[in-house]
Amino acid sequence: MPLPDWKTTRRGFLGGGAGAAALTAMAVPLNAQSPEPEPLENYAPEYFTAEEWQFVMAATALLIPSGPTPGAIETRVPVFIDLQLASEFGTADDWYMAGPHDAGADPLLGWQSPLTPAEIYREGIAALNAWCEQTHEAPFAELLPQTQQEVLIALDEDEVPLPPELRGLFELLLQNTKEGFFADPKYGGNHRMAGWTHIGFPGARASYLEWVDKHNVPYPLGPVAISGERG
Amino acid sequence: MARTEAKKDVVIVGLGWTGAIMGIELAQEGLEVLALERGPDRYTVPDFRYPDVIDELKYGVRMGFMQKPRNSTVTIRRTLQETALPYRKLGSFLPGDGVGGAGIHWNGQNWRAMENEFTLRSYVEDNFGAEIIPEDMTIQDWGVTYAELEPYFDRFEYVLGISGQAGNVNGQIIEGGNPFEAPRSRDFPLPPLPNTYDSVLFADAARAMGYHPFPRPAANASAAYTNEYGMQLGPCNFCGFCERYGCLNYSKASPQTCILDALRRMPNFSYRTNSEVLRVDLAEDGQTATGVTYWDEDAQEEVFQPADIVLLCAYQLHNVHLMLLSGIGEPYNPVTGEGVTGKNYAYQMNGGTTLFFKDKTFNPFIGSGANGLSMDDFAINQIDFAAEGFIGGSYITAGVANGQPIRGIGLPKGTPSWGEEWKTAIGEWYGHSMSIGSHGSNMAYRDCYLDLDPTYTDRHGRPLMRMTFNWKPNDIRMTQFMRSKIEPIAESMNPDTWQSSYKAEGAQYDVRPYQTTHNVGGAIMGDDPNTSAVNRYLQAWGQHNVFSIGASAFPQNIQYNPTGVVGALAYWVADAIRKDYLPNPRPLV
Repeated sequence: MPLPDWKTTRRGFLGGGAGAAALTAMAVPLNAQSPEPEPLENYAPEYFTAEEWQFVMAATALLIPSGPTPGAIETRVPVFIDLQLASEFGTADDWYMAGPHDAGADPLLGWQSPLTPAEIYREGIAALNAWCEQTHEAPFAELLPQTQQEVLIALDEDEVPLPPELRGLFELLLQNTKEGFFADPKYGGNHRMAGWTHIGFPGARASYLEWVDKHNVPYPLGPVAISGERG
Repeated sequence: MARTEAKKDVVIVGLGWTGAIMGIELAQEGLEVLALERGPDRYTVPDFRYPDVIDELKYGVRMGFMQKPRNSTVTIRRTLQETALPYRKLGSFLPGDGVGGAGIHWNGQNWRAMENEFTLRSYVEDNFGAEIIPEDMTIQDWGVTYAELEPYFDRFEYVLGISGQAGNVNGQIIEGGNPFEAPRSRDFPLPPLPNTYDSVLFADAARAMGYHPFPRPAANASAAYTNEYGMQLGPCNFCGFCERYGCLNYSKASPQTCILDALRRMPNFSYRTNSEVLRVDLAEDGQTATGVTYWDEDAQEEVFQPADIVLLCAYQLHNVHLMLLSGIGEPYNPVTGEGVTGKNYAYQMNGGTTLFFKDKTFNPFIGSGANGLSMDDFAINQIDFAAEGFIGGSYITAGVANGQPIRGIGLPKGTPSWGEEWKTAIGEWYGHSMSIGSHGSNMAYRDCYLDLDPTYTDRHGRPLMRMTFNWKPNDIRMTQFMRSKIEPIAESMNPDTWQSSYKAEGAQYDVRPYQTTHNVGGAIMGDDPNTSAVNRYLQAWGQHNVFSIGASAFPQNIQYNPTGVVGALAYWVADAIRKDYLPNPRPLV
């Protein structure tokens, strides 16, 4: 549903913080919910190959596990990551990528890999799977969950031998996983705002003047997405 | 091929706070004023409109309102021996982009500096002796005093509609304000914002220990306000999306909400966006500027823009970069200590303690940018530098600014960063922690400076600017002193658990985590052309029709967020140009 013309109505709300709340109420039908998307097992990735998709499904399921509340899988974090890598984030459009590169530099000097995030996933997953084949005789996605957990811990602790240009793999994967759990659902993850509901973050409500001095009183309303959908 | 545009009286480089102030003040003189902004145009609507702007991923994490390093960045090293590498991806600091600049995405903490910060070297020498200044510390006096700037602080605060509580009006101490602040000529234009729970708990504990908490001066309007230009602000709704976002509510003071619509109505003012200034062009004798050359992104060509006065109003880093590229002032040499342009780059020394309370609910998503309570009991004018063994100070503060979850959820020490335990912990602790922070000065040092990088270039083929910077023992002692004062306050609040994060001995500058966009220095002001790049009116010593305005003029960093001082300096310079320079263009000193 389109929003009212903010240009013509905005000044009318200047009387107080109720403005944004009033707009939310006006713009969004109660109980609006988007239709259920394609199940993850039928999802056709935009960026990942089948093998990479299996890895991301298995790894994110351990990073934010399911139960008793939704985890990375139920919130569709793998879809979020796939779409991000297919976008300007994946290709590092905003970053300074000119050489020369010193990927082995002190990590405190920041991102120095010549690879984009999408390339790090591509080459990093291949390298990690090769290491799993070598040490555990199967790619990551086919290992027992307990072994997968051990591999992720090793990756996190820099104990998997990766070339310096790939050493950002784990940090990138973890960051993107958390982003997918907490970003607005319009990016493909945080399905039904379950990430926000888990912690009690109200999403895009963005109007709280009347609650500032209600000290130590839990905020009563659930989350709202940019689309107007309610969690 | 380059084209040449019709000559203007004044060309302004960058249309953020200082560009907007200089624009309107000089347009009021009837001058033909042109501003060149390298980023896009930005308006509250549609750019900051609800609900689209309430998008943490796009603006808080992917930095949608910030400069793209691909278009503009620096290289960074920690020592003179290290090879500088590009700041490829935003982390430690976030220069703004587009009309409004960093003035759209700041939190709105609008401070004055202390009186002694403007005369720091003299203050230290007179009170504690020159011998306490470490050999490599290159602090200087500003060449301007607080008393001279007071009317301009006042002007800027009334343009922005600052919410706050005065503590010292013309020498009279006011209960509830900051008793240690420099005297101000009148109260703030708006009353303080309401307080969040965390800040009240902090202030109660601080008061019980004999300290003097007061409301943080905020450029988030606490009530409807109209400023001298007829621009209107509405009361802040505590949306929790302030820092890194444009304001959806016409509540945060920004060039957009306080100046630009009034300025756009003036027929003798114009501005061009997507126009990146590449250099200041100098006359053959090098004594004046003839205008600037910029890159017209739409036409894909270089343009020469002649002008009688050139005002550098870009972000601190870019003012210095343009001066280095244009031969304005001799580049600073850290080995000999000679030269001025690039000298005394400084940053900000901050720390904090996080407190966890199982039984307290903070609703951290409720916040304006600058709400909160602070204390100046350990400010730079309250410390015996000789006794404590450092030069500097901090304000100490609490006040939640946002509860955006991707940007981080405070968790007790030892909590894993992923997996089942992490997931359980974020559910348990989100909304149950608060922080007490220290925001402190950073001194200037012989080997912390800016010059041109020998290797890396930007998309126009110009050398990137190289930043050489590291943390120094003096400032680490300062922040550890603040830790020793904050932790007892935290303990007195009886949290279930707490943890501290302050730079410790041996700390190296880490460009990855966000720290602060309070980069200062490099084109410092002063009263001696041998030790400063611009005079007390921010006029280049060697080219009297070039002024370099902004935090680039700070000789070392103050203990506060810089915008209040940047705004005051802009009005100070505007006044000098209007009253003194225009009638007789010449070196003002």
